[in-house]
Parts: sequence; structure tokens; C-alpha cells
Amino acid sequence: MSQEITFTIDGVEVKGTKGQTILQAADEAGIYIPRLCNLKGLIPHGSCRVCTVLVNGRPQAACTQPIAPNAIVEANTPELNAHRRNLIDMLFVEGNHFCMFCEKSGNCELQAMAYRLGILAPKYPFQFPVRDVDASHPDVFIDRNRCILCGRCVRASREQDGKVCFEFVGRGPHKRVAVNAEAKLAETNLDVKDKAVEACPVGAILKKRVGYAVPVGQRKFDKQPIGADIEAHRTSGK
Amino acid sequence: MAKPKVATASLAGCFGCHMSILDIDERILDLIELVDFDKSPVDDIKKFTGRCAIGLIEGGCCNEENVHNLQEFRKHCDILIALGDCAVDGGIPAMRNSMPLKECLDEAYLNGPTVYNPGGITPNDKEIPLLLDKVYPLHHIVKIDYFLPGCPPSADTIWKALVALLTNKPLELPYELIKYD
Repeated sequence: MSQEITFTIDGVEVKGTKGQTILQAADEAGIYIPRLCNLKGLIPHGSCRVCTVLVNGRPQAACTQPIAPNAIVEANTPELNAHRRNLIDMLFVEGNHFCMFCEKSGNCELQAMAYRLGILAPKYPFQFPVRDVDASHPDVFIDRNRCILCGRCVRASREQDGKVCFEFVGRGPHKRVAVNAEAKLAETNLDVKDKAVEACPVGAILKKRVGYAVPVGQRKFDKQPIGADIEAHRTSGK
Repeated sequence: MAKPKVATASLAGCFGCHMSILDIDERILDLIELVDFDKSPVDDIKKFTGRCAIGLIEGGCCNEENVHNLQEFRKHCDILIALGDCAVDGGIPAMRNSMPLKECLDEAYLNGPTVYNPGGITPNDKEIPLLLDKVYPLHHIVKIDYFLPGCPPSADTIWKALVALLTNKPLELPYELIKYD
């Protein structure tokens, strides 16, 4: 028997089942909490902190925090959104995110999150780090300039593809996604159809020979903000 | 009362953002009711004639002349707007930031596959503005008051921003007008 749990998000009553995370219960109720490193179907990572909410006044990552009876969750407050904007700003300046020539532009979750949060420009100075591109694989390339270290490729490869094509190496500013091979991506058993390729929220892992396939105006986030699909089936407290 | 003045410049940009200014179409007639253009490629005025309400800068800073120009704009304008991605984050010219300047010049003038340069000379005339080590976004050099991203920002974005600022309203862009590409 699943046990029903009732709690509130921003004053709206939400029902979930025991064992669900706040993010899962919110999604089912049609309440969108911004997130980057979380992807449905993967074990939550809790690393990007964009989904941080206040649970009874304490900050918690909504993607990893289980729901509890009568918990008071604050998700969409000016303070939390300012915190989210800071995180997105930092992700932009720590990499080389040049949207104007990125194939992922318009379908990129980092960009979409910035749009949704109304960011016109990052407030921090740009770092312009030197990062490499691995185009050795016949069908897929990695552009680490755009990597935000969400770990979605690492987890999807392990959990869904049954491979371990990617892994994190290094710490702090030196952390990066490495490939499970002596040198290059081509030496791994990665296939273009792997979930790990689809999992990338940004333009760091892309399929070759796709290019700018969808015209501007028809891309995923051109008209509708990220999360609009979840908010479309809002069940309570409209 | 005299109309407020607007100045514009293209630094390390491609003039695409200026094209987008012109892309406001017939609204340009409304615009010249609202403002006079001062130093700008639009009217080819080379030097500031006085204090300006708004300065629109396209492109980042890739050489010392850009920096000088930008500082002049900061001095003469009440509000300075970074117009377009290059002004906001360096844009396409900032692709050279991942390699040393010398490598760029050597590729362009010595080693490139189509280079014909029997003298082996890299341009170094005093008249040519000195290149900076990197291409810098505007807010790395002077204080920028507003940012309008886009490559280029759409005419609607520019129009909405200008009208808001000229009529003392807060600059609030709807979702469809915030674009980075």
C-alpha cells in the first residue's frame, strides 16, 4: 500500500506518495521547480542546486529531499529565484557559452533557465577558460566549453545504457567529464543512440551532422519557457 | 525642451546590431520624434556634440581604440547599454580568447593555408590600433547600465528598451524578447 502524504508548496496543498522527492511530487501536481542536473528516470544527483527550496525554513535540494507530512515548502520566492539566477550566472561565466553559434541554442536547458529567470546578462566577469573539444567519435562530439558538470551523461551511461562511457575526474575548477578510454571518445563503446547522448542539457555532447536542424521560432524554448509542459497539467491551487 | 540625444557605436562587432536598429522600420520616424542622434554611424557624426541620454554600444573590446571609444561613451552618456551578444559576452570575436594572440596573428598572416605573404610581415604599423590580449565584454572595462542580449537583439527588443528608458519606465522585456541568439 502506498502511503499518501500531504504537504504544501508555496501555500498550495500537494499530495504525494511516500518515498517521492519534493521535485517528483511537485511535477505530478503541475508545479514546476527549476532544475538542471535532474533528469526524469535518472537517480538524482543534487549537484546543481538550482532546485533548492526551503523546507520548513531550511534550504534543501528538491530533487533529493523526500516529501514529509505537513512540510511547508517554499519554492518560488524572490530570494530563491535570486539564488537561482546567481547559480545560472556562475555557470555562464565559468564556461564558454556562446549561444549565437551553438547548435543546441533554442533547445538548451541552461539557456532556457536563464530566459525563464529573466537573465539579460551574467553579473560576474567572464573567465574564458581554455577547454578542449573531442571530435574523435564518428557520430558524437564533446565540447567541454559548454559542459556544466550536471553529470547527466555519466548517470545515463551507467544507469540506462549499462555502460560507463563517462566519468568525472578532478576537483573544484579542474573537474571535468572524462571518457572511459585511454585517450579519446572514439575508443569508448558509446553509440549515437545511447541515452547518455540525449541526456546532455546543453551543447556539450552533440550528435554530428545534425547542425541547426530546427529553424529559429520552432525550437523547444522559443515560444514557451522551460517547465511550461509541467505547469500545463497543474492540478491544484490554480 | 531639446530632445534627448542617443549615441551609438560598433566596436568589435559586425554592425548586425546596427542593422537591427534600422530594422525597427517605420518606427524610426517615431524615434526621431523622441530623440536626436549624436555620435553614431547612423548619421556619421564622428565626435560627441554634447551630453547624451543613451549610448548604445555594439561589440566588445578587441583593441585599444575600442577601449578608448568605450571610455568616451561612458564619459558622455547617462545610460550605457551593451547591445548584442558581443557587447555582453565578447561573442564570436571572443573565440580567440582560448588561444594566445600570437597564435592568432601567425595563423592569419603566416601559417594559414591561403596566406600569400612573401615578406613574412605581420602588420605592426603605429596607425593600427594595438590588439588586446583577449576580447573583453564591455562590463569588464566600464560600468554598463543595461544589457540587451541577442545576435542581434531583435528590433522589437531594441525598440521596447529605448522607449522604456526614454519615457522613464522600467525596462521589462517579455519572455519572447530575451534571446541569446
